[in-house]
Amino acid sequence: MRGQPLLSTVIHREKMAAAPVMMPYFGQQISSKSDLVPDWTRQEVSTGTTIMAVEYDGGVVIGADSRTTTGAYIANRVTDKLTRIHNKIYCCRSGSAADTQAIAEIVAYQLGFHSIELDEPPLVETAANLFRASCYRYREELTAGILVAGWDKRKGGQVYSVPIGGMLVRQPVSVGGSGSTYIYGFMDANYKPGMNKEQCMELTAAALSLAMERDGSSGGVVRLASISEEGVERRVILGNQLPKFSTH
Amino acid sequence: ALFRHTCQPVNIRNIFLLRNAVLEVEASKVGCSVPAARKTGTTICGVVFKDGVVLGADTRATEGMIVADKNCSKIHYISPNIYCCGAGTAADTEMTTQLISSNLELHSLSTGRLPRVATANRMLKQMLFRYQGYIGAALVLGGVDCNGPHLYSIYPHGSTDKLPYVTMGSGSLAAMAVFEDRYKPDMEEDAAKQLVRDAIAAGIFNDLGSGSNIDLCVITKSKVNYIRPHDEANKKGVRTGDYKYKRGTTGVLTKAVTPIDLELLEESVQTMDTS
Repeated sequence: MRGQPLLSTVIHREKMAAAPVMMPYFGQQISSKSDLVPDWTRQEVSTGTTIMAVEYDGGVVIGADSRTTTGAYIANRVTDKLTRIHNKIYCCRSGSAADTQAIAEIVAYQLGFHSIELDEPPLVETAANLFRASCYRYREELTAGILVAGWDKRKGGQVYSVPIGGMLVRQPVSVGGSGSTYIYGFMDANYKPGMNKEQCMELTAAALSLAMERDGSSGGVVRLASISEEGVERRVILGNQLPKFSTH
Repeated sequence: ALFRHTCQPVNIRNIFLLRNAVLEVEASKVGCSVPAARKTGTTICGVVFKDGVVLGADTRATEGMIVADKNCSKIHYISPNIYCCGAGTAADTEMTTQLISSNLELHSLSTGRLPRVATANRMLKQMLFRYQGYIGAALVLGGVDCNGPHLYSIYPHGSTDKLPYVTMGSGSLAAMAVFEDRYKPDMEEDAAKQLVRDAIAAGIFNDLGSGSNIDLCVITKSKVNYIRPHDEANKKGVRTGDYKYKRGTTGVLTKAVTPIDLELLEESVQTMDTS
């Protein structure tokens, strides 16, 4: 059913865009089958998405596309999928927009409270575990694939992947979302440990552009952010400024 | 069946099944179907301009293919500085906005401050998420607070987007086409009102689920201008002909009058309680 490997997960998620598979189907659901109300008004909002996070010595670089879809309609073409959880901890959201927004807000609250109790900036691993706790407990109800990335004093830059199902694993590089399937090869070939911040930024921008070119559910602009001891630096790369790979 | 029941932990609450299953079964036994929930087919939209926000809506409410209300009000009051347009199931948008409006007023009294649009947005999205999309309310929330003008679109499942211009409802594609063509940041109030009027008009004339008049609500720091209707785009025409013919059109040949005598037996008066 909901397999852990990203491929089948992605196919399942793409079906999500076509029909709300997870919702129990009653005769009259939210809306009637009236012709007046087109298909895309009845479907759940999904962040089709390509997201990516890379560790480097001293911090992390995270990136995402900016497209949110309801069926075949683009509900928001300038979405910010890089959500702040804490000062130096961000998450990249993919899957259901409602589920990921709700989880991110809950985790941000929990982490903020925890940080005040500690009187210290929280650890990235703590944030990742909070995400995992919610995503695993409610795995049957949720569709959320999240990359947690940030910087803390103990372990520096870290990227944790919390895919659908609620697994937690730390990785030096991670991609997610429906567009990620198109860039696994690119990532494996081009990522090398020991890259600096600018190289990571270029790699992320290139990878996202390639995925956005091929995946219909990803597109818009590329949003990048780098998190390090100095702070958070955000960038936007507009459509016409994206790296070009096609010659025709 | 896949029922969505969750155990209770920190924030995610129990989810109720909002459907009268017994009624549906009994009705189908007799051969009828449960009446469709009245939907506002709808075109709603909002735009942020230099001094505030302009919200717009059409005024048609449909029950299936019939127009149930030719002049319903889709722009709901949330607080003195915040208004909300609603698309989807009419009852859901009405009750949801009223509930949040009430809670926001209590919150405002508790904080001693004018409510913020972000607060209303949080309250709405957390409630809609709790009901997992069963409350069919798609909203355009706009207002002006201490941090300036804000505009949000809120979907039935509980996701929100904060944007400079948004459209919702069955006519949203038509309205969005107008916005994508002519929106500019920092417009003047009149230009913004004209743009919203044109976007709703696009929905009214190109979407069957939307129709009738265009309502506007202009919210600025100092005042709120609730213009209902701003534009009567579909006024009922005056009939040019008449099926009633004047006396004398048909010639009368003979006339015979027979009075019927009726005897008044009893007369009683019962006063109606009009208090």
